[in-house]
Amino acid sequence: MMRREWIYAWLLVLPAFVFLITFTHLPAVEALVNSVWTTAKGRRPSMFVGLGNYQKMLQDPIFIKAMINSGLYAALTVPTSIALALAMALLVHRPFKGVAAMRMAYFTPTVLPLVAVANIWLFFYAPGFGLIDQIRQFFGFASANYAGQPDTALYSVAVVTIWKEAGFFMIFFLAALQTVPETLREAAAIEGCSKWTFFRRVTLPLIMPTTLFVSVNAVINAFRLVDHVFVMTKGGPDNASMLLLYYIFETGFRYWDTAYAAALTVVLILILSLAGLGQFYAADKRVHYK
Amino acid sequence: MIGETLFDRILIRAAGTILALLWIAPLAYAVWAAFHPAAYEARFDLLAPLTLENFYSAWSQAPFSRYFLNTALLVGMILAAQLVLCTLAAFAFARLDFPGKSFLFGLILVQLLVMPDILLVENYKTMRALGLVDTIIAIGLPYFASGFAIFLLRQTFMTVPKELDDAARVEGCSLIGVLWRVYVPLGKPAMLAFGLVSVSHHWNNFLWPLIITNSVETRPLTVGLSIFATTDSGTTWSVINAATLMTSAPLLLGFLLFQRQFVQSFMRAGIK
Repeated sequence: MMRREWIYAWLLVLPAFVFLITFTHLPAVEALVNSVWTTAKGRRPSMFVGLGNYQKMLQDPIFIKAMINSGLYAALTVPTSIALALAMALLVHRPFKGVAAMRMAYFTPTVLPLVAVANIWLFFYAPGFGLIDQIRQFFGFASANYAGQPDTALYSVAVVTIWKEAGFFMIFFLAALQTVPETLREAAAIEGCSKWTFFRRVTLPLIMPTTLFVSVNAVINAFRLVDHVFVMTKGGPDNASMLLLYYIFETGFRYWDTAYAAALTVVLILILSLAGLGQFYAADKRVHYK
Repeated sequence: MIGETLFDRILIRAAGTILALLWIAPLAYAVWAAFHPAAYEARFDLLAPLTLENFYSAWSQAPFSRYFLNTALLVGMILAAQLVLCTLAAFAFARLDFPGKSFLFGLILVQLLVMPDILLVENYKTMRALGLVDTIIAIGLPYFASGFAIFLLRQTFMTVPKELDDAARVEGCSLIGVLWRVYVPLGKPAMLAFGLVSVSHHWNNFLWPLIITNSVETRPLTVGLSIFATTDSGTTWSVINAATLMTSAPLLLGFLLFQRQFVQSFMRAGIK
């Protein structure tokens, strides 16, 4: 009788696992295997190089640039979008006239395709007639090409990411704020506790699990969201906005150096796994008040 | 409220309103540019004449109807496959005991971190080996087994009272019968929530479709739009904005009509 249940269970999970293994686990392992070989070119067959591709990375200025940019991009987008998300949630978690419209304004970017909105932002950034430049020129500043000049390209991409993500993260904070007991608020009011102290000493610790969950998601997205780079900068100018995943795309599908792309993919998998481990570790440390 | 004065309240509302205006500005601008002649794309005049010309010209300059069809087929196919595959697996994980269960569940959790979205080169090779490059099914295949859907549905199925399950079995219901008559009906809200998230995710997905497609017959809207916007055929910003709005319109309308469900679905999908 027990055995029969096992067989049923295996049959139930089998179809999902066929797809899961074929398109997630096998390719991840393949990337690891391919990364220790060279890319076959013409008559030259693929050769075993061990860690050769990884050594090549350390001497590859574009890879180093992509890593620095990805780190900077994460450092810019993660804390800013989380802080804004929390601020938004605090602004709209109590009902008032027009709260629905305000909430909708914050959340709308979440449902819009990133490639599509990148076009709109590109116009905002356009030199001369773009919206930001028009405002600049109105105040007498010189024209600037935000997405097209090396020192601002990465920032202009990061701004779009923050705009896209803050409203999405807001809804998790909204849910978390609902769980802060009203009695605590009343108790604090009787004690004469200020709004800011209440937020810092009660609300913030209580919503810590949500903050952690959102942070991990934000880190993962920082390495995964590159759609707008395709439209806005293509990693340029002069690799100024080159991000790791975009570099994998270029290496794999523009230069067809699939072995090197595999090694780069392994690096990305490692980074994402670290983010995941961070979550487990923090969850273990109990950032919870229960 | 703790020590909140009228002044505080006004200040807070003002900050909220400014932030909201900033956040809606890109969309508001796109609507402005799309419905006005190209001469007004960077000039804001309340008396500017309204026009639908930009939409006509976008629609006639690129095969958007075909892109719409491709995207609709794509999201429909992915959602159907996900619901079937993941419901079956989630049921096994929620209610049956079998050797290897926790190991297999661990493998599912791995997908929450290492998504098919980043395994571009390897998945492309697989599709080439299967002879599926440049097909709509190839865009969808990597997403059919969603670790996330299995996780979400398992959580939901675990809350179904065991008594209901037992009662159905006593009545002579088969295992699949129990799943279909007890679990699926009770899991509908979770499925709806996942459905909304899945549809909007795949409607907006770009990188993998860009890589795996190279013809009009297979390209989804996002890829079609990016090609339309980057070709130097003298298309004006107004036309590009019209195309951008068209591409986003179905999701945007869905969101405006079912705001509450959308927000709750995304929330539910995120809190595990």
